Amino acid sequence: MLEFIQQLINGLSLGAIYALIALGYTMVYGIIMLINFAHGDIMMVGAYVGFFSISILGSNIIVAMIFAMATCAILGVVIEKVAYKPLRNSTRIAALITAIGVSLFLEYVVLYFLTAQQRVYPDSAFPLHKYHIAGLVISNKDIFIIVSAIILMIILQYIIKRTKTGKAMRAVSLDRDAAVLMGISVDKTVSVTFAIGSALAAAAGVMIGLYYNTINPLMGIIPGLKAFIAAVLGGIGLVPGAMVGGFVMGVLETLVSGYGSSMYRDAVAYGVLILILLIKPTGLFGKNTGEKV
Amino acid sequence: MLKKGFGKKVALLVLAVFILSIVAGCGGNTSNDAKEGDKSAAGDTIKIGINCELSGAVASYGDNARNGALLAIEEINAAGGVLGKQLEPLVRDNQSKTDEAMNVSAALVDEGMVAQIGPLTSGAVAGSTPIAMENQIPLIAPAATADNVTVDDKTNKVRDFIFRVCYRDSDQGRRMADFAIDTLGVKTAAIFGSTSDDYAKGLAKYFKEQFEAKGGTIVAEEGFMNGDKDFRGTLTKIRGTNPEFIYVPGYYTEVSVLIKQARDLGINVPIGGGDGWDSPDMIAVAGAEALNNTYFTNHYSVEDPDPAIQNFVKAYQAKHNKLPDSFAALGYDSMKLLADAITRAGSADPVKIKEALEQTKDFAGITGTMSINEFHNPVKDIVVIEYKDGKQVAR
Amino acid sequence: MEDKKSKRGKFLLEVIVLAALFILVQYLITTGLLNRYYQINLTLVVINIILAVSLNLINGFTGQLSLGHAGFMAIGAFGSVIISTLLGYPFILGIIVAMLAAAMAGFIIGVPTLRLKGDYLAIATLGFGEIIRVVLQNIDYIGGPAGISGISKMTTWPVLFISLMVTMVVIVNMINSSYGRAIIAVREDEIAAEIMGVNTTKYKVLAFVVGAAFAGLAGALYAHYFYIIKPETFGFLKSFDILVMVVLGGLGSTTGAVIAAIFITVLNAFLQEYAAVRMIIYATILIIVMIYRPQGLLGNKELSYKILKKIWSGKNASSTNK
Repeated sequence: MLEFIQQLINGLSLGAIYALIALGYTMVYGIIMLINFAHGDIMMVGAYVGFFSISILGSNIIVAMIFAMATCAILGVVIEKVAYKPLRNSTRIAALITAIGVSLFLEYVVLYFLTAQQRVYPDSAFPLHKYHIAGLVISNKDIFIIVSAIILMIILQYIIKRTKTGKAMRAVSLDRDAAVLMGISVDKTVSVTFAIGSALAAAAGVMIGLYYNTINPLMGIIPGLKAFIAAVLGGIGLVPGAMVGGFVMGVLETLVSGYGSSMYRDAVAYGVLILILLIKPTGLFGKNTGEKV
Repeated sequence: MLKKGFGKKVALLVLAVFILSIVAGCGGNTSNDAKEGDKSAAGDTIKIGINCELSGAVASYGDNARNGALLAIEEINAAGGVLGKQLEPLVRDNQSKTDEAMNVSAALVDEGMVAQIGPLTSGAVAGSTPIAMENQIPLIAPAATADNVTVDDKTNKVRDFIFRVCYRDSDQGRRMADFAIDTLGVKTAAIFGSTSDDYAKGLAKYFKEQFEAKGGTIVAEEGFMNGDKDFRGTLTKIRGTNPEFIYVPGYYTEVSVLIKQARDLGINVPIGGGDGWDSPDMIAVAGAEALNNTYFTNHYSVEDPDPAIQNFVKAYQAKHNKLPDSFAALGYDSMKLLADAITRAGSADPVKIKEALEQTKDFAGITGTMSINEFHNPVKDIVVIEYKDGKQVAR
Repeated sequence: MEDKKSKRGKFLLEVIVLAALFILVQYLITTGLLNRYYQINLTLVVINIILAVSLNLINGFTGQLSLGHAGFMAIGAFGSVIISTLLGYPFILGIIVAMLAAAMAGFIIGVPTLRLKGDYLAIATLGFGEIIRVVLQNIDYIGGPAGISGISKMTTWPVLFISLMVTMVVIVNMINSSYGRAIIAVREDEIAAEIMGVNTTKYKVLAFVVGAAFAGLAGALYAHYFYIIKPETFGFLKSFDILVMVVLGGLGSTTGAVIAAIFITVLNAFLQEYAAVRMIIYATILIIVMIYRPQGLLGNKELSYKILKKIWSGKNASSTNK
């Protein structure tokens, strides 16, 4: 039993990270129906910005995270304007391919300028303390990640539910044309969505750097994919879905490696995806909308 | 819109156009495309092909190996080159793909290389092997450790033009098993290694064989994938089986994080591994404290006061702003060995180079003094290194 | 409608052109004028054409966005190698098994994903492709992640040529038949097609099965040329590579897929020297083409004699060379 709880704790911090990334995916999908394949790579850029902020500017972890979030918010908006906006009225396939192109572009530009060598987050940024409570091990990093993730999600919920921008986001994702008729600037709303989503991904990136210590240019691919699965699991386009989906994926992954075979861990993630798509494609929180003939 | 059946015919017409353009292109090249007989030292440089993984999954290892090889070339050229000629490196990226490795080798043959260094991974070396053999160009693999790289496991014959400067999985795995049982005196062990590549799987397999042959018991066998960052689930599971020793074959990228997490979970038994551990990142990521009581088999130690090693380390650090890892060292040695072979052969003819390589005796590389045996493998010592307070100590 | 005589004449002409092409290349290879480097790339071109055209059947003509094509290729590759290298049977048996196994996989994947649309289907197929890869990576009989090496080189130019011919003939004829019209109807408006009595289920699955079978063929050809296969070769990056060719050429255009496959393979070869920037250039081209011409090179039109004639005479009028 104890071991099970230990596994749960292990899974929670992983889940928090997936949740943050999944939020970005889900918000963007909700608003422009695009699976932004480049999202995982934005997370990677965030991790690098955090790294340079700590090692060159000597900032502490909170400043580094804010800096990374700001940079990636801008990056996200730029990408949207340059690559996605022109395709807003094209086929979904075209937009998907472009997203893949952007993803490759980010990965290989970083690879080119910063080489394939992994970078190591210095321990001094956040010295580790372990707490032993009732036979369980939990570290201050675990706590930091889970708490920060929850705080960010609360802020996000506030923005969506209580601010005008949030209202605009909800309107555009519900019915774009009607939103335009109501005087909402779709362009601005989309930009804001990208900015917020990218900022969350950047935070996740810094957390990964902090927690797992190493970062490399291709680090965004697999977590990005898993976070995407998390978003689908929870219901793509739905914010609470992404949060829950992220935690579920994190815990599931840890439990599979703990109790099953770690080699099938990735396959299980994809298996979850397929199951969900076959049984309830709209996700845990999704509603079934029929197709009008 | 539907077109009536002409589509396919025209598609092939397009193919025809392409073929014709190829013909036109290669028609122009035919004069340069003579068999390798002429290739030896045409002009006043000796062309060395460097076929490395410079993008894709294992790019960081390929990067370092190339750096090591290029550093060696710089030093050799500065000292006057080989046989009075400068070495010219032809560096190409095989994208960590086996078919691209074959493609790159073919392209390099086209450009007149007399020998090839790399690729890094055993799979990519296998991809290049047919080209090397067909064109009779010697290939030195810096770090491919699968046993069947130099010896065809179906016919048990040596692959004529393939050599390596690193030891094999079987050698390393067994060495660590011996160390664990004889020196550390443990009786049970768990294996938690990478399952993403043949290197780590090979190590695990030979470790297990030897460990059990010497009377030990393997209490758990788990795997992780390259790129994984979270091992705590499986580590908790291993913790429950109470092993006295954990063997972690894999690369430092994952192992460093793994060891850290293991220590965090209270796993304090000795942990061992292979040369894939060798990198300054191990200390940076895992921290000196976590690394106490860990051991790995390696080619050399970066702290070894031997002047040859220290010169290499300093030169590498000056150029690339970081300490070299074992890939860099092996890349360096591959090139130095090749230069040595060319000198002994007295010519840059690939077949003569191959013969000289086969006769290598006591070549003083920084990864050990090695002689190439009849299986084209190096015979050299395998040193076991212990991490003590963040420093490497030879055992 | 052309009369029978000129149609027969045209057919004969095409056969002669193809035969000449075959003989020409075979000659170049035998005499060594076409060296190994060009041979490798020619092989890649043909394999990529088969992959692109087969994927186009699923993505372009049936409108099912499949992102797991490399998984079918993997099954074909490993299937054929098990037969030929591990069990010692003749190569041709390996190819047949490869295609059947891949077709079966296409069936297994096509059926459950029937209900999914658009992006969901894409992601599900991506997941399937990855599952195939991970499962293959964990089967020790086929070497696990190390794969199988020492595969004898059975893929010669005649083999490639015949495979390519068969692929083109089957797929193009399928598209130009009632099957083709049905699957295009499914693509255009599935609900309308259903109402008109088209058995959408049957045709969607058919597209997957046929597309997968030819991907399996490509996999078998690939394995028996490149000496070693590992599961990680057939990951989602490979699926993307094929997808890029199909999209670049134009979804729904077979000739487009062919042209794009050739172009991408050649581009890759040219950029080999510029390793560091190769992927950046590739990604940039992708983005630019998608932004400025998202329907791809040929959209869903095919290149035909009439269009070539128009271009030819148009160009002659404005005095440019070929």
